Amino acid sequence: MEHIVIIGNGIAGITAARHIRKASDCRITVISGESDYFFSRTALMYVYMGHMKWDHLKPYEDWFWEKNRIELINAWVDHIDFKNKELGFSSRETLRYDKLILATGSLPNRFGWPGEDLDGVQGMVTKQDLEKLEERTSGIHHAVVIGGGLIGVELAEMLHTRKIPVTLLVRENGFWSSVLPPQDAKMISEHILAHGIDLRHETELEEVLGDEQGRVRAIRTTSGEEIPCEFVGLCAGVRPNIKFLESLDIETHKGILVNEFLETSVPDVYAIGDCAQQKKAIGLRKPVEAVWYTGRIMGETVAQTVTGTRTSYQPGNWFNSAKFFDIEYQTYGWVFNKPGLNEQHFHWQHESGEKAITIAFDTETGKFKGINTFGIRMRQKVFDRWLNEEKTITHVLSNLKAANFDPEFYERHEAEIFKYFTKNLQNT
Amino acid sequence: MSRIEQNMSVTGEAAATLNTGQKLASFLGMSGLIILCLAAFNLNFPNKVLWLSIALGSIIAGICWFAQATYSGRPAGIKNDGVWFKSMTSRGYLAYLTGLGLTGFYILLYFYPEYLGLRAQGDNVGLIALFDPLSYLLSGNPASQWFVYGTLYTIAILAFGVKFLWKYRHNRYEKLRTYSVMFFQLAFAFLIPEFMSRLNDDGMNLPYYDLKNIWPLNYYNFEQYRIDGFLSSGDIGLALLIFGVVSIFVITPILTYKYGKRWYCSWVCGCGGLAETAGDPYRQLSDKSLFAWKVERWVVHSVLVFVVLMTTAVVYSYLGYDSSKYWLTRDVFLIGVGVFLSLLFAAIWYFKRQELQKDARYGAIGYLVIILGLIAFHYFSGQNLFLFNAENLRQAYGFLIGSIFSGVIGTGFYPIFGNRVWCRFGCPMAAILGMQQRLFSKFRITTNGGQCISCGNCSTYCEMGIDVRAYAQKGENIVRSSCVGCGICSAVCPRGVLKLENGSTNNRITTENGVVGENVDLLDLLKQKSL
Ligand SMILES: Cc1cc2nc3c(=O)[nH]c(=O)nc-3n(C[C@H](O)[C@H](O)[C@H](O)COP(=O)(O)OP(=O)(O)OC[C@H]3O[C@@H](n4cnc5c(N)ncnc54)[C@H](O)[C@@H]3O)c2cc1C
Ligand code: SF4
Ligand code: SF4
Repeated sequence: MEHIVIIGNGIAGITAARHIRKASDCRITVISGESDYFFSRTALMYVYMGHMKWDHLKPYEDWFWEKNRIELINAWVDHIDFKNKELGFSSRETLRYDKLILATGSLPNRFGWPGEDLDGVQGMVTKQDLEKLEERTSGIHHAVVIGGGLIGVELAEMLHTRKIPVTLLVRENGFWSSVLPPQDAKMISEHILAHGIDLRHETELEEVLGDEQGRVRAIRTTSGEEIPCEFVGLCAGVRPNIKFLESLDIETHKGILVNEFLETSVPDVYAIGDCAQQKKAIGLRKPVEAVWYTGRIMGETVAQTVTGTRTSYQPGNWFNSAKFFDIEYQTYGWVFNKPGLNEQHFHWQHESGEKAITIAFDTETGKFKGINTFGIRMRQKVFDRWLNEEKTITHVLSNLKAANFDPEFYERHEAEIFKYFTKNLQNT
Repeated sequence: MSRIEQNMSVTGEAAATLNTGQKLASFLGMSGLIILCLAAFNLNFPNKVLWLSIALGSIIAGICWFAQATYSGRPAGIKNDGVWFKSMTSRGYLAYLTGLGLTGFYILLYFYPEYLGLRAQGDNVGLIALFDPLSYLLSGNPASQWFVYGTLYTIAILAFGVKFLWKYRHNRYEKLRTYSVMFFQLAFAFLIPEFMSRLNDDGMNLPYYDLKNIWPLNYYNFEQYRIDGFLSSGDIGLALLIFGVVSIFVITPILTYKYGKRWYCSWVCGCGGLAETAGDPYRQLSDKSLFAWKVERWVVHSVLVFVVLMTTAVVYSYLGYDSSKYWLTRDVFLIGVGVFLSLLFAAIWYFKRQELQKDARYGAIGYLVIILGLIAFHYFSGQNLFLFNAENLRQAYGFLIGSIFSGVIGTGFYPIFGNRVWCRFGCPMAAILGMQQRLFSKFRITTNGGQCISCGNCSTYCEMGIDVRAYAQKGENIVRSSCVGCGICSAVCPRGVLKLENGSTNNRITTENGVVGENVDLLDLLKQKSL
């Protein structure tokens, strides 16, 4: 019987396993050194905040795997012999495979900051990080989080719920401004400040300072300020987790290089999820995409390919979502932090400062390119259709009601938004 | 895992401690309760009006103040921080203590009301007597243990309703339905029946009737003493009786078709009202396993079969044989019930065969049991066979389901099993509404394409133990008979994935099994099987 081995039990690897099982009777083994069972990485924060227990993070009950004949191994792979199709574990045991899927995920970025290895400095990506965080933050008086991105704001919120004062350092002059247009970034910055986070714009980490026991006692910023703290969270992005592959005979760059069928340079070896890097970028997407749903779609796709229906990876229109404290954010299509050539942004903000939309559109044709929506839920299906049908911004705004996905009885703003649009933009 | 769990519970203290306002508020509320306890221990309060007002006033004020101290001054939004660190909400010792207290109260109430001050002869004493002034004010009669219970129940829904409103002040769906349950409890369950009993002086003999309490939840609605009461109370009585029948056979199906069972379970019903207000802190304790779902389906439908049989037997027992006296004789009634159920079953089978495949077996079994029961009534009726003796059946139902299940377990165990144990496992009304919701309704929870990140908040906070995430992460709509439409899954979802909606019945049950925007061929491939 053919043996398909998957390294990584995250969303990518597990989705692949499930869909391979649907399509085939082959032997399936999933390996991970992080946890016994698949869990939702995106929900780590909720365990620390006391919204959920660890068990709630597991999308499938423990009996699921045996019932579907998906074998699980909790161990680290540290070597692969591609020629003999054999994996080596850190315990020196080995395992043979016929087809191999690499779904090893990502690790937090480190930039070689002085003091980054001190006790109390860490990222927030793995189950082990969560355990360390729990130990390191009990009874502390101040924490510093580096990085104004999605994980940074989550970590700030986590610490905040434990009543630990947090300083959040952001390199740019607005929160997540590498992605969000200035007005959006400003609104989120203000929201974060309103929650009592000491958010410092245009501030970078210079050095982490330790005490005699090798524990963090403070950080110093590039402007020379010293901020005392017992914990430093490093959240300046993630990178593919491929260290153990670097000396091996497989093409890598930032991540493991794959073609549109998610095939690597080695026959019968595939890569999916955070660790994969597209040789040829798809549309405007980045070649490495560290998001949940792309990992899932890659898993679904590769499952078809390894079970005999060679299928290309087509993630469709870009979308994503996040939550910044109490403000939910969704995006459909492309809205970049600065309008591109022949492109304009329409921005509307509610007086509460907790709801806003920003729409990118073509200045000449009026073609709708994408939307950021804050505090108003929108329907993916509708925006997907509008993007495919290349609707104009006027069409989108006059039909915005059809895209609303807020709970029943919520206050509606479509009329106000449309009025604001006709007044401010349509005649320019 | 164990390491996280242990650490989390040890070091979670920061989030779990009470602030000064919360402490004072708890103290105030507890002192109100203590006055009631003292009354129960027969401490004689000289001025009942004053002490009752102080007791109930401090309970209400304590709860509202607690809500204020907890939520005011904090930004609106989801407030689940530390839920699993707090002893009270994570099955800690406080939870067990509260559970014990509540179950104890229910046992006294149902089985030993004399300890609350009920006296067979002469005036009541103790706790019940303390409530006399209020009872006289409303109905003109002295208080009973049920009046005490009804008052405390209503206070709980109102005061904890205020707390819930504060907690979900950013969510209008939650606010509206809470206003609604507060209103229905205060007006329909509490005040109107009390006022109605004032009518009873002049030749009327109306039974206590909470109009929104529909059979089969109100399993005793068609018992002989009530029917007699209705029939002897002129037009009003007749109207009420007809309303009781129409509620279940006409109003309920129409509203459930349009809005799903939520119109009742989380907008009107008193059991649901208590669960959503006082029970809200415990919603995360429901069991989400597949096993629990199996148990749920067997138990709740068995209760339904039980109540149908019991009610049929009870009505049958007081009908006559002679059709010349009254058209509705025993045989006409039995045949009528049998024909009605057969038609119902045939219609479901005809229209919903595909959707029913798995559940059909259970449905058929239930149906068969009832029909056999009807036949048995017919043949054994004269012989008083133990199993089918109407009075025994009624007593067994009242004891097992009416008291133990819905009261002692259903409410007493809130802090242990969650706030909807009764609604999920025991309520025959929920079973009927659920069948309709599953098969003939416009209601569903729509999922927002591929936005789900499988975080699990929805499943954790679903009080009915529905694994919402299992559907959401596949992009499938949630169409489940047990969903009471509380809307909390949608509220707590951090990615805006879930929306409660009434829409077209076509394509209501989707198995999209993929994400919009994906390769079309891929979607086709994925649809072929689902795992
Ligand atoms: C805190 C946090 C919040 C996030 N929130 C969001 C969000 O809201 N929305 C969103 O779209 N995305 C979010 N993400 C990103 C998302 O979680 C990732 O994109 C996704 O989990 C990647 O899945 P994956 O299957 O590729 O890899 P992973 O989930 O990282 O799984 C890889 C697994 O492989 C194991 N592994 C690696 N190497 C080896 C080896 N040599 N031997 C054995 N095992 C190995 C790893 O230990 C790991 O368990 C978040 C990420 C984090 C950290
Ligand atoms: S599925 Fe959602 S709306 Fe239905 S009962 Fe559960 S939490 Fe409430
Ligand atoms: S809460 Fe929302 S994102 Fe989380 S699992 Fe449920 S539907 Fe998905």
